[in-house]
Amino acid sequence: MSKKLLSAVIGTALLGLTAHTASAATLDSVKAKGFLQCGVNSGLAGFGFPDASGNWTGFDVDYCRAVAAAIFGDPTKVKFTPTTAKERFTALQSGEIDMLARNTTWTINRDTALGFSFRAVNYYDGQGFMVRKSLNVKSALELSGAAVCVQSGTTTELNLADYFKSHNLQYNPVVFEKLEEVNAAYDAGRCDVYTTDQSGLYAVRLTLSKPDDHIILPEIISKEPLGPAVRQGDAQWFNIVSWTHYALVTAEDFGITKANVDEMLKSANPDIKRFLGEEKDQHIGKDLGLDEKWAYNIIKSVGNYGEVFERNLGGSSQLKIARGLNALWSKGGLQYAPPIR
Amino acid sequence: MAVNVQEPAGEDRPRSSFIYDPVMRSILYQVLTAIIFIALIWWFWSNTLENLRRANIASGFGFLNGRAGFDVGQALIAYSSDSTYLRALYVGFLNTLLVAFTGIITATIIGFIVGIGRLSNNWLISKLSQVYVEVFRNIPPLLVIFFWYKGVLSVLPQPRDSIHLPFSIFLNNRGLAFPKAIWGEGTWAIPLAFVVGIVAAVVVSKWARSRQERTGQPFPSGWTGFALIIGLPILTFLALGAPLSFDYPIAGKFNLSGGSVVGPEFVSLYLALSFYTAAFIAEIVRSGIRAVAKGQTEAAFALGLQPGVTTRKVVVPQALRIVIPPLTSQYLNLTKNSSLAIAIGFSDLVAVGGTILNQSGRAVEIVAIWMAIYLSISLATSLFMNWFNAKMALVER
Ligand SMILES: N[C@@H](CCC(=O)N[C@@H](CS)C(=O)NCC(=O)O)C(=O)O
Repeated sequence: MSKKLLSAVIGTALLGLTAHTASAATLDSVKAKGFLQCGVNSGLAGFGFPDASGNWTGFDVDYCRAVAAAIFGDPTKVKFTPTTAKERFTALQSGEIDMLARNTTWTINRDTALGFSFRAVNYYDGQGFMVRKSLNVKSALELSGAAVCVQSGTTTELNLADYFKSHNLQYNPVVFEKLEEVNAAYDAGRCDVYTTDQSGLYAVRLTLSKPDDHIILPEIISKEPLGPAVRQGDAQWFNIVSWTHYALVTAEDFGITKANVDEMLKSANPDIKRFLGEEKDQHIGKDLGLDEKWAYNIIKSVGNYGEVFERNLGGSSQLKIARGLNALWSKGGLQYAPPIR
Repeated sequence: MAVNVQEPAGEDRPRSSFIYDPVMRSILYQVLTAIIFIALIWWFWSNTLENLRRANIASGFGFLNGRAGFDVGQALIAYSSDSTYLRALYVGFLNTLLVAFTGIITATIIGFIVGIGRLSNNWLISKLSQVYVEVFRNIPPLLVIFFWYKGVLSVLPQPRDSIHLPFSIFLNNRGLAFPKAIWGEGTWAIPLAFVVGIVAAVVVSKWARSRQERTGQPFPSGWTGFALIIGLPILTFLALGAPLSFDYPIAGKFNLSGGSVVGPEFVSLYLALSFYTAAFIAEIVRSGIRAVAKGQTEAAFALGLQPGVTTRKVVVPQALRIVIPPLTSQYLNLTKNSSLAIAIGFSDLVAVGGTILNQSGRAVEIVAIWMAIYLSISLATSLFMNWFNAKMALVER
């Protein structure tokens, strides 16, 4: 039996065996365990992958660390569960992981039928296409008749079907369950086109045998708001995960960085004081179920949103993705945090 | 029923309550077991439903009529992203049946050849067969599948440099493309002629046997039957004016377009499963033949039968009886191993079901469907093999 089948069966069995677990207290169970169990990508450069020495790194991985820092004041109190596109949802539903931070698109179906809650969008993405330069294709509209490599269990395969259908183009889908299999098949020339989220295309291109032989076509065919997800029905936990993202964005807004956060503690600005837990008798942290220093701990551990982005996806990473839609709202992007007050 | 000797008969009897009655006791135990079993299932089921409800996860089988929304690489029936989930499952089911069926046939043929080869007096043949068995039996099937898939993909050329075989057949790393037959008017008569041919062949062979039993004269009923089964459809085809045209594969911008294509995913899965299972079948065949008493061969020789006839008419029929039951479990293994298809992107039942599971979130339902279908396939295979076994068993007169 394949591993996938096994995990689905176990997930299902868990649903049947656990005698009505109250879903309400994820925070308590995380605290009792002493660590956060976080579902991440099984290996996508920039988002979640184990580096040469086996340490998990990536944009989503830093989100797990940030949540751990908010809860424990210690970003290392987290264990990672690598998940493929197909495994991720059963893992979250069955309680195997406490949260999912794995370039996962927020859709209405996942919010309703699958029983998850999304709110914070940590990366605004969209689906694109990559082809070999030698094919001389300039636009996705020239792709009729192509074989397209795609990963199953994603919004990607649905958008692909809809896009080709609505533009009356033929294609031959070559569908794999694991990212490495899709990459290997595309690299071996099994397909002409690779499609996934644009950020994913940049990451995948790096892993190909000759990255420079491939171009990413200009069309973006979908909206892919990626963000962390939790199980429905635990408002406190949902708040902690969402507001961790907003804290990261707010810190960038205020100019608070990993390097200057200690200095900022002395700031006279009431917004910054409140954010860092320096206001007298404040109870924002307590209301979240956390320490008043929660936001301070996040920034102290991973830096602000801009730093997390820069380090994993931006200029200081191999991917060199521009901020684009992910710039702060004040700089022409879409990243915007509700007030922390 | 066994008689309990220790039970004193007579006056003592009424004293023992029904709990001491072995018949009653066994019924009681069975009823108890059934109740516990049903209660467990009920508990499991209601628990699942309750947990799903609490987790706000939708449930029920109604979703199967919804639009699938995704495409499937290889489908034996018409399918598009507008088809329902149910149809997508059906596509996967047919693909599973296809590899299982073709794989079982090929594995059986290879297995018999290798198994008999191991007993060959020719040193080279028997050693080669042994190496084959040892290699394939000791490698996990997944590796065999990867081996074929990577092998197929890396050896075959890109579509632009396709290998051009006769009859407009092309081979490249997108698969084997060949002309698709398009049948014209009245072609329904051809399969009909085929069936008529089979019936006629059966009749001829019955007649020939009874004549041989009466008069001792042999009749080439095998060849006649062959001519009937193949000849009648061909004659019909010609009589209809050869209503057949072909859709030829032609080079398109990316791939060949037109024609029929067998993808490398199917081919490698089919080859891998066949070669892997054949190693086990070979061992079963070898031990089956070994198990036929040597006296049988000697007796056949003493009666003046040729070695070939001895193998075909004396040894193999007896060996078959020993071989069939373990063969059944190899067939079941092959069918279940076909779910490894997912590793190389062949759209079998598990691959398609997994996609549906993921897109619709109906994990419990899909897992239940998987189990029900695999169980049915396995039971059907077993039933067929049991029937075959009974047919091959010694007919005692
Ligand atoms: N955002 C899309 C696609 C996410 C996705 O799974 N992307 C692929 C391709 S970039 C991936 O990360 N695969 C990694 C893996 O399965 O290990 C979704 O949520 O469905």
